[in-house]
Amino acid sequence: MRTVILGIGNTILSDEGLGVHAAEALRIAYDLPDGVEVIDGGTAGMELLDPLAGVDLLVVLDAVKAGRAPGTVILLTGKEVPVFFRAKLSPHQVSICDVLASLEFAGDPPKDLVLIGCEPESLELGTELTPTVAGRMPEMIAVAAEQLAARGIPLSPRQAVAEGH
Amino acid sequence: MGQRITIDPITRIEGHLRIDCEVDGGKVKKAWSSGQMWRGVELILLGRDPRDAWAITQRICGVCTTVHAIASVRAVENALRMEVPLNAQYIRNLIILAHAVHDHIVHFYHLSALDWVDVVSALKADPDATSKLAESLSPWKLNGKHEMRAVKERLKGFVDGGQLGIFTNGYWGHPAMKLPPEVNLLAVAHYLQALDVQRKANKIVSILGSKTPHIQNIAVGGVSNAISTDSYSTLGVERLLAIKGWIDELADFVKNVYLIDVAAVGAFYADWTKYGAGVTNYLCVPDIPLDTRGTQFALPGGYVAGRDLSAFKPIKTFNDEYWVKGVQESTKHSWYEGAKNLHPYKGETKPQYTDFKEDGKYSWLKSPTFYDKPAQVGPLSRVLCMLAAGHEPTKKYATAALDTVSALAKTKVGLDAMHSTIGRHAARAVSCAVQVDMLADQWQLLVNNIAKGDVATYNKPVFPKGEIMGQGYHEAPRGVLSHWVVIDDGKIKNYQCVVPSTWNACPRNDKDEPGPYEASIADNPIADPERPLEVLRTVHSFDPCIACAIHVTDTENGSAITVKAK
Repeated sequence: MRTVILGIGNTILSDEGLGVHAAEALRIAYDLPDGVEVIDGGTAGMELLDPLAGVDLLVVLDAVKAGRAPGTVILLTGKEVPVFFRAKLSPHQVSICDVLASLEFAGDPPKDLVLIGCEPESLELGTELTPTVAGRMPEMIAVAAEQLAARGIPLSPRQAVAEGH
Repeated sequence: MGQRITIDPITRIEGHLRIDCEVDGGKVKKAWSSGQMWRGVELILLGRDPRDAWAITQRICGVCTTVHAIASVRAVENALRMEVPLNAQYIRNLIILAHAVHDHIVHFYHLSALDWVDVVSALKADPDATSKLAESLSPWKLNGKHEMRAVKERLKGFVDGGQLGIFTNGYWGHPAMKLPPEVNLLAVAHYLQALDVQRKANKIVSILGSKTPHIQNIAVGGVSNAISTDSYSTLGVERLLAIKGWIDELADFVKNVYLIDVAAVGAFYADWTKYGAGVTNYLCVPDIPLDTRGTQFALPGGYVAGRDLSAFKPIKTFNDEYWVKGVQESTKHSWYEGAKNLHPYKGETKPQYTDFKEDGKYSWLKSPTFYDKPAQVGPLSRVLCMLAAGHEPTKKYATAALDTVSALAKTKVGLDAMHSTIGRHAARAVSCAVQVDMLADQWQLLVNNIAKGDVATYNKPVFPKGEIMGQGYHEAPRGVLSHWVVIDDGKIKNYQCVVPSTWNACPRNDKDEPGPYEASIADNPIADPERPLEVLRTVHSFDPCIACAIHVTDTENGSAITVKAK
C-alpha cells in the first residue's frame, strides 16, 4: 500500500502556496508510517508523473477557488477529484489534470483520491500565508489524518513538535 | 475586417497570456500577443541575502523547476566574479541536461502531439501494418506486433468507456489532421512508452538534486552534494552507475523513437514547413560549462541575424560583453510608464495599465531586443546557432532527421524547412538527441574527475562592501533565460529575470516590429475559425508553458466558444 500526500502551490504567491505549507506542517505534526510519503509538488506539472505512478491513495492539499468565504476548508473524495480539476476551480487544475489523465491512460492512476483544499484570501506576491488561511491549516491537517485513518492508515501525532520549519 | 480570434493561454509564469488574431479568407492577417509576466519577483527578493535567491526564483515557474535556480546562482557568482569547482559544474550540467531531455520528451508526446495526432483515427489502424512500418524505420525494441495490438486494445477500451474526455484538447476528426491511422496508432504507442521513459530523466534529477520538483542541491559557489566513493549516503559509485543506466535508456528512446516520430510527423505535415517562421533572428547562449570560470562550453551559443547562418556571431563566455550589452527591454507597448528602452540592470517596473490598445499598450510583457532587434529563442535557435558554430553532433542529428523526413515525404527536405512551425518540433528533437549524448559525456567527465581524487563541490562566496552587479544566463529548454542582479553591502538591491517566454511572446517593440509569436502566426491557414487548431499548432511549437483556454469570438454575432488546449 503506497500513499502520497501531495502539497501543491506556489510559495511566492501568498495563499497560493498553502498546499506546500500544509504538507510540511503535516510532516512535522505526525509520525508517518512506512508507505506514506509527503511530497512538496510546488508548481510542478509533468515532473510529478514519476512519484504519482502506481499510488494506492493520493491525498492532494491545495488552495481551492470555489467562490466560498476565504478560509473555508473543502473536502472532495474519489471521482469528484478529477472532475474538480477539470472544472478549473484550482489554479493547478491544468498540470494536475494532465498528470492524472496521462496516468489513467497508461493504466497507472491513483486507486483512491482525496483533495483537501481551502479557499484563499490573497494570491498576491509574498512568501507568507494570510492569517485567515494560516489559521485553518491545523484543521486541514486534521482532516487529512481523519481521511487516512478512515482508510486504515492511522497517523500518530509526534510527541515533541519542533517550532517552525 | 474578418473574424477576430482570441487565444488565452493561462500559465503560472505569465499569469495570463492572450493572443488575438484577425482572420480573413481562411488566413491569419494580424496577431497580437499580450501577457502578464513576473514583474514582481524582485519585490520578494529586495533586501534578501543573494545566497537565498535561487530557492525563491525556482518557485516562479510551473514547468522548469531547475532553470531559475541555475540562472540565479550564476548571476550571483558572476557578480562576485567567482569560480565554482569542476565537480559542481558537471553535476549542474547533468541536472540541466536530464531536465532538458525530460522537458523535450514530455513536450512532444504529452503536451503537443495531440495537435497533430488523431487518437480516434488510431482505432482504424491495422496493428500489424503499424508494426511493419515502425520496424522499417527503427530498431527500437517495442515496435512489435504484440505491442501495437495491445495498445489498440487499450485505446479501444478507453474510447468505449467514454474516457477520451480526459484529453482536454480533442480535435478528433479536425480537417487539418493528416496522419494515416497506422501513424496515429504508432504515436499513441510511443506516447505511452514515453510516459515510462521520461521517469528515468526525472530520477537523474532527483538523485543529483536531492528532490524533484524543485531541486535542493544548488548553492552560490557550487553544489551541496557530498562526493565519496565509500559512503552510501553520498554521491558514490552505486548512484553514479544507476544514473548511467538511465542515461543509456533515455538515449535509446530519444534516438530510435522520438527523433524518428518527429521526422514522420514532419513528413506527413510537410505543408507546415511553409508556416510559422516569424522572427528569424535567432539567439542562443552557450551552456554546459567545461571549466571553473565559464569560458569553455560543450554547447555553443551566439546570434544569427535574419536566418543567415554565415552571419553567426558567437557568445563566448559568462562575461561576454557582446551578450551583456546587447539586451534591452522596451515598454512602448507594455503597461508600464512611458516608452523606455532600458538595459536590465536599469530596468524599471512602474505599472501603467491602459486596457488593451492594439496600437498602443497591450501587454504586461516588456519587449526584449538584442541590439535593437526582436529575437526568437528556444530549440530552433539553439540548433541553428550550433550548426552555425560548426557543432558536429548537431550536424549529425539534424542531417539524420532531415534525411528521414525526405525519405518519407519522397522529396528533398532541406535545412530551410526548419524555419517553420514543424521545424521547431524537429529542432527540439535534434536538440534532445545532442543533449542526451552530452549527458553521457558529462557523466564520464564527472566520473573521471572523481577518480582523480577531486571531491570538491563548493567554494565559499564572500560578499564585499559596496555595490556589485552580475548576470547569469542559462540555455533552458525553452531558450535563453537570464537573471540580472545588483547587490549592495551583501543584500539584493535590484533583480530582473528576462525569461524565454518574454523573448518569444513579447508585444511589438520600440520600432513597432512584432515579436516571435505575433510574427509566426501571421499567414497561418485557418480551416475552421470555431476550432483554430492551426494557431494552436504554431503557438504550441514554441512550447508555451502550460495550458491555454481559447476563446473564439465571432464578431458578427458575438458568440464565444471556449476551447481548451494544452
